Amino acid sequence: MLEKALVGSKRYWMWMGLLAALSVVGFAFYLKQFTYGLGLTGLSRDVSWGLYIGQFTFLVGVAASAVMLVIPYYLHDFKKFGKIVILGEFLAISAVLMCMLFIMADMGQPMRFMNIMLHPTPGSVMFWDFLVLAGYLGLNLLVGWVTLGADKKGIAPPKWIKPFIYLSIPWAISIHTVTAFLYAGLPGRHFWLTAIMAARFLASAFAGGPALLLILALIVRKLTKFDPGKEPIQALAKIVTYAMFANVFFLALEFFTAFYSGIPGHTHAFHYLYHGLEGHTEMVGMMWTSSILAVVALTMLFVPQVRRNEFTLVIACVALFISLWIDKGFGLIIGGFVPNMMEQVRPYWPTFLETMVTVGIWAIGLLVLTALYKIAVSVREETAGVEIDH
Amino acid sequence: MSMDRRQFLKITGISSILGLGASVASATHPIWMPGVDPDLVSPNAQALTAKRWGMAVDMTKFRSEADIKRVVEACHSIHNVPDFGNNPDGTKNIKDEIKWIWKAKFKQAFPEQATELNEHLEEAPFLVFCNHCDNPACVRVCPTKATFKRDDGAVMMDMHRCIGCRFCMAACPYGARSFNWRDPRPFIKKEKQNRKYPTRTKGVVEKCTFCTERLAVGQMPACVEKAPPGGLVFGDLDDPKSAIRRLVSTRYTIRRKPELGTGPNIYYVIGGR
Repeated sequence: MLEKALVGSKRYWMWMGLLAALSVVGFAFYLKQFTYGLGLTGLSRDVSWGLYIGQFTFLVGVAASAVMLVIPYYLHDFKKFGKIVILGEFLAISAVLMCMLFIMADMGQPMRFMNIMLHPTPGSVMFWDFLVLAGYLGLNLLVGWVTLGADKKGIAPPKWIKPFIYLSIPWAISIHTVTAFLYAGLPGRHFWLTAIMAARFLASAFAGGPALLLILALIVRKLTKFDPGKEPIQALAKIVTYAMFANVFFLALEFFTAFYSGIPGHTHAFHYLYHGLEGHTEMVGMMWTSSILAVVALTMLFVPQVRRNEFTLVIACVALFISLWIDKGFGLIIGGFVPNMMEQVRPYWPTFLETMVTVGIWAIGLLVLTALYKIAVSVREETAGVEIDH
Repeated sequence: MSMDRRQFLKITGISSILGLGASVASATHPIWMPGVDPDLVSPNAQALTAKRWGMAVDMTKFRSEADIKRVVEACHSIHNVPDFGNNPDGTKNIKDEIKWIWKAKFKQAFPEQATELNEHLEEAPFLVFCNHCDNPACVRVCPTKATFKRDDGAVMMDMHRCIGCRFCMAACPYGARSFNWRDPRPFIKKEKQNRKYPTRTKGVVEKCTFCTERLAVGQMPACVEKAPPGGLVFGDLDDPKSAIRRLVSTRYTIRRKPELGTGPNIYYVIGGR
């Protein structure tokens, strides 16, 4: 099936060329960082994780969100998702790939990454995160490829794939739970030390991931003959709405606990992020942008007429995606580090190099995603009109 | 099991190809773990040993800024800690900064013990460094066991195994860990470099090690040696007769963030005499 990614229109190749160019530029900046060290980023001993780890965390959520298609389709027999479930699985593949690249970009000694396997440490959450991410990548590659391959031949997928599909459901939940545990188990980081962290992660993932998928599905429909249908889009929109409501509700719970208890350590990070602390207001603009976009998106999604109109729906999804990207891909990490352990405010801001490496990794992810979607869409175009029961 | 000459040569041949020949030297050393057999190495008879190393800090014994500076400099120069100096605008370069022991204000070292009305205490200087915790969060989170706790309590770093993920820096509630954001070697003054202690590479984490390299040859930690008498008391907290134990048992001491359950082994004597 891979050959389908190698034939395409001029527009397809121009898009792939652009992404390839951005990847190369990003990689060139990475080489500079590789030679000099992570000192070329905005990080310091006070804020030791930043944009890279934020992007990693956000993308684990995008990857996990494929389960929001797999559950209705395979567990509840919601046939309408039949066409787009492959888009979810392929999105997961590219998201996990980006996660791994962001981890590599963040490592001080990337050549030693196999030490995680050479000296396995079951007590470390990062060891488990590495395992579940690699496993999830494998599962989605297997399931996506086998089901699409069967579709191409016009036959039902083999029975042996079913256990892997069912396994991918708890596995998706696990990747984001384990990622939340990276943060939620650290003594002394009040902003992260919250039992609701994994639940928040899942809620924001199940809002942001499907929102992105919805946008992607509509783009695919516009550019190709592949039509996911109106109903699956509306079903996705409802999933996004419920999940976003849960996410905003959970964030509100964090605010309540911090400010009603009034415990200084619990309020400091919120002060820094939303109001500024000791004259440092670097994050305030970003965080309020995120909050306003969240309210706008949620309000739009709540009104049935707005949600049913695909044009306004896309606007709501874009707003929601940007809101979550800021909140989880950036604010969440920085809030854990500022103020530092000595209650000093030592701010962080990504450097140009860091931004370009990030752009490069997103470009690689989009490149892989485009190729995978090209394959899926080509197969679907060939078998248009044929309904296969999975 | 009998083994003929041919079989014996085969096995030894394959073993040496695999680099496992060295482990043949000891019968007890498992063949799948190449390296030096600890049973073949005898400890230095002069080495200082303990069940649980700890330190008591009495800042009232430090009479001046110079007393504090001398201690910090002794540690940093003996361990080849780089000095990144100042930014072009004259402020301290805190972006690349690496420190093993440093001076902090009381309100920074003990933020949850704020005594707003005692301005003198709030601003008073305290030496802070790794707490060599009983239950270290950094060791718990490390994905490669590059940071680990020794039987004598010292929390150590293996700079050759560290992958630079910095999970330990996120986990340490004391900010005791530093990362080599760039090659540190150009920032170690040649004339000051200690040839007996390794320099580090970029991309690894480092911190205070309780001077285990000095303990191994019977010397006290460098900071203890350079501190005014009674300023830094180092010893075995599990030995009821040790000076540190008697001090900690009889005087009012506080520890940094004990409520987090990390079990810090650095005690700060309050109200000197």
